[in-house]
Amino acid sequence: MIEILSPGIMASVQDMGRPGWRNLGVGSCGAMDGTALHIGNLLVGNDPNLAGIEFTLGGFSIRFQKDTVFALTGADMHARLDDEPILSWWVRRARAGQTLVAGMTEHGMRAMLTVAGGIDVPIVMGSRSTDLKGGFGGLSGRLLQASDRLKVVTTEAPAIAASGFGLDAPRLQLLPPRGEAEIRFLPAAEWMRSPSSIRDGFLSTAWKLLPDSNRMGYRLSGPELRRDTPLELFSHGIIPGTIQLPPGGHPVIQLNDANTCGGYPKLGVVIGADLPLLAQVRLGSFIRFRQVDRAASIAASEQRQAFLNWLPGRIELARDYSRRWRAA
Amino acid sequence: METEVGMSASSLEPMIFSDLGEAGLLCEYEPGPLDLTRQRRIWAVATALKSEPGIRELVPGMNNLVVLYDPAAFTPDRLMDWIRSLKHAPIDKIDTGRLIEIPVIYGGETGPDLIELAERAGLDPVEFATQHSQAEYTVFAFGSQPGFGYLGGLPARLATPRRDMVHPRVEAGSVIIGGAQTAVQSRTTPSGWHVIGKTELVFFDPDSDPPTLLALGDQIRFKLLEVLS
Repeated sequence: MIEILSPGIMASVQDMGRPGWRNLGVGSCGAMDGTALHIGNLLVGNDPNLAGIEFTLGGFSIRFQKDTVFALTGADMHARLDDEPILSWWVRRARAGQTLVAGMTEHGMRAMLTVAGGIDVPIVMGSRSTDLKGGFGGLSGRLLQASDRLKVVTTEAPAIAASGFGLDAPRLQLLPPRGEAEIRFLPAAEWMRSPSSIRDGFLSTAWKLLPDSNRMGYRLSGPELRRDTPLELFSHGIIPGTIQLPPGGHPVIQLNDANTCGGYPKLGVVIGADLPLLAQVRLGSFIRFRQVDRAASIAASEQRQAFLNWLPGRIELARDYSRRWRAA
Repeated sequence: METEVGMSASSLEPMIFSDLGEAGLLCEYEPGPLDLTRQRRIWAVATALKSEPGIRELVPGMNNLVVLYDPAAFTPDRLMDWIRSLKHAPIDKIDTGRLIEIPVIYGGETGPDLIELAERAGLDPVEFATQHSQAEYTVFAFGSQPGFGYLGGLPARLATPRRDMVHPRVEAGSVIIGGAQTAVQSRTTPSGWHVIGKTELVFFDPDSDPPTLLALGDQIRFKLLEVLS
């Protein structure tokens, strides 16, 4: 059992999402930084899809009611387990009664807390992810609040050294973007139907991520890319990463909690491999878009998958090494 | 043997394809008035693809279909050829849907935009509500929120462009009009559509199977219970 003492800015239970229901208007939701959840689960010995808690910007505190093996991944929130600093991309065993208190991130937006066994909330329509708009999934379909208690699935946690172990995040290129983030996209239906002034303007601008951006979507500020005659489209399916250009001329990126259908012209779709990076772009910082083709997009996705497939062996080595080192 | 008996010409128009990311394909008909035959063609394609390995999700929209797929299983070219070959898939096998009656109290506090919309249409509120409730609608697509069905069939006179100012909170069960479409809010959310009435029916329950009250192709009628001033 985990007690939420303070959820920080925004916290919710998320797994890899709820695919398969978009035809009924139910979006995928799920962890914004899928890489952080995947690796966090691997670190604590879980299946990559189990549910964790997504924290935003920091400022959270929780109490472990039982001995719990946990990991923090994603943005470093300068957490402390009682008095001990806990690095991001690190696994530890908390003893019953210990508290984990986070500071604020300096880089990145979101961190995942994973626990051995996974967060135990009911599976609704195939997923434990919180659907905030639908008001279901996660814990009672809402954001976490102070004094919430979350169950943990009972499991045999992997044996780890008292000091824990972790991954070398800089070397594995797991750190969130610092400064301007470069995000790759694949052009969508209205890209070539947009005048070159709009395409050039989109590609040459460092877009500022506006503060009201959230899990539903990102709003971008920069030059107004207006069409002389607005394109009228029928509502059609959209997916996380869809970059739309509403008539006002400021692009938006639809994300995990977005509507399943939309009707604004689409400039492109952020490639799947860059969605975790996009999840870590800080409010107020800048995004530059790079157009890629399909082959590059698939190559990036395969490269990410190869990395994730390689990691379990690497994690096992680190776990064994830390235990032997303690024993010596 | 392929037969095309009983099919309108519009249903055999070519589709326009475009990538929606590396694992999505948007299939659209040329823009034109919403057409039930074309929409049924879209459902027929979705039904034919549904259980194929490598197909992840099928999202029918208004006049279009998004196919989400495993890029390791298909190239977009192969998928497009396949969908083109389905243009003769029989649409008469597509269920025409159930008839669902939605009892509505029009106007009043839970239908605050009825008076304004009636004025714009040159009708009095009772006439407007009567015309809305006498039309026959079809569930064309889902979107926006869980269980929210876009209904085709709104009489042209009742069509009203979306609001300039978004309503910050529109209750689940609110009957709304946006452009040429009408719908019922399945969840309480902000909305830029006009709110003309309220029903007590529940349109989405994640613990039910299926979780939505409506299904694609269902015939919808609104039953006028009362018009409040």
